[in-house]
Amino acid sequence: MKRICLPLKNKFHKLIGLPLADILKFLAAAGFIIWLMYRGTEKTGYNWQWYRVFRYVCSFDDGRFVIGPLLDGLIVTVRITVYSLVAMFFFGLLSALFRLSDSFLAKILARGYIELIRNTPLLVQLFFIYFVISPVLDIGRFTSAVLALSLFEGAYASEIFRAGIVSIHKSQWEAAYSQGFTGFQTCRFIIFPQAVRRILPPLTGQSISLLKDSALVSTIAIYDLTMQGQAIISETYLTFEIWFVLAGIYLVLAMVISMGVQRLEKRFKVET
Amino acid sequence: MLLIIALMGCFSGCSNEPTPTAPQAESALERVMKQGVLRVGMSTFVPWAMKDKTGRLIGFEIDVATRLAQDMGVNVEFVPTKWAGIIPALITGKFDIIIGGMGILPNRNLKVNFSIPYDYTGMSIVAHKKLAEGFNSLEDFNKPGVSLAARLGSTAVTAARRFMPDATLSLFDDESQAYQELLNGRVYGVVGSAPTPGFQALKYPDKLFLPLSDTFTREPIGFALRKGDVDTLNFVDSWIRVVEEEGWLKERKRYWFDTRLWEPMIQ
Repeated sequence: MKRICLPLKNKFHKLIGLPLADILKFLAAAGFIIWLMYRGTEKTGYNWQWYRVFRYVCSFDDGRFVIGPLLDGLIVTVRITVYSLVAMFFFGLLSALFRLSDSFLAKILARGYIELIRNTPLLVQLFFIYFVISPVLDIGRFTSAVLALSLFEGAYASEIFRAGIVSIHKSQWEAAYSQGFTGFQTCRFIIFPQAVRRILPPLTGQSISLLKDSALVSTIAIYDLTMQGQAIISETYLTFEIWFVLAGIYLVLAMVISMGVQRLEKRFKVET
Repeated sequence: MLLIIALMGCFSGCSNEPTPTAPQAESALERVMKQGVLRVGMSTFVPWAMKDKTGRLIGFEIDVATRLAQDMGVNVEFVPTKWAGIIPALITGKFDIIIGGMGILPNRNLKVNFSIPYDYTGMSIVAHKKLAEGFNSLEDFNKPGVSLAARLGSTAVTAARRFMPDATLSLFDDESQAYQELLNGRVYGVVGSAPTPGFQALKYPDKLFLPLSDTFTREPIGFALRKGDVDTLNFVDSWIRVVEEEGWLKERKRYWFDTRLWEPMIQ
């Protein structure tokens, strides 16, 4: 009886049973940080004008809901992030498989791609792709941004994939082989399900990095969240207010990604 | 937990003392004289401020700032700052004054104090020969589908929005990126303070041209200071009047904007 109740009790405890001491600690820490910020800006004589910020998020014009520039930028940021995530998966998986393949050429290619991308700054890559390569290929601003972002993050993702696949013990491959599985079947049914569990946590971090790095596309005049924010700041000089709002929006977006992956992790959970 | 409380106690204890670094505590002028260095916020911007072959800063604004520091009897220290963040940097005390061809704008004036104008500038447009063929007025550019580039946070943005509201505007952190965009044929034109657009048209005569013969705005340029510092503001105003009467400002302006004698220094 006791054993059956335990998981339930744990769940309940997690949801509402947060001890008072913990809540107090949290409030104290949060209060301290806010107070520090307040002190810092007070010293510089910055005058806060939070009341001017809200209409840049959204406004109501005669009862009609009007999307503000920040929400416009949010949509662009989400679009860039989603496209880049898909492409990052593709580049990452492809180069991971290339590195693990027996072909010498594929190995060299993947290795070269990873080292080149990992050891140069993203901003430089973005400018190079946008100002130098895109006029040749005749691709637009948005495509250049997605390409640069996904190539960059894909190099890191590739290593995560490779690490996950390599970490599966050799005996698993051998067992699959002796059961008469083909190479594809081995990957599909034996290796991949096990590797996914190890890949997901670091990949989440990579996805969140991608979201944050997407702020750099503002430098090639894409009106993403950061660019919209900068444009508002250049007209209103609400520097700190707008940057804080932007940080908050990025934080929420990153949390959404984290939670989505947590769901996935539950799905691939090992029944022990 | 205890640690946090202790920390808070310590901080609130410390914060009761007056802070010597607070800009309100003394005028920027006092601080400059005490420390013997005038920190000037600027952004590179041909020919206002640029780097020569040896990496030294040269240009009209650099001459003005150097002379100002000289007349105060202090050294000058330039703090290169991205244009979009230059006002917050001034407010938070990263430097004492902005001398960087900053146009006097009402909404900027809400956050900073401006000196009297020491210079006037105007906006001009340089356009792409193929894309903007036959364009010769602002109305030609003021159409949906026409794209323009400008530097983020500059008065060029204000001017472009006012005179060409229907065109789409791309904003870049640096002028050079905006011109690269134009050379790559992604925008019809770049709006910028004269004489830079004209210089660009001269540099790439086969790709670019000047659709308007003259500037389409006239904007006063001033030094920007932190608000409420009457002492320093009065000093720089008087200084501008003095060097204006001397004819020194005009002479410098002619050297940097009408002659090309400085070209060998940067190439």
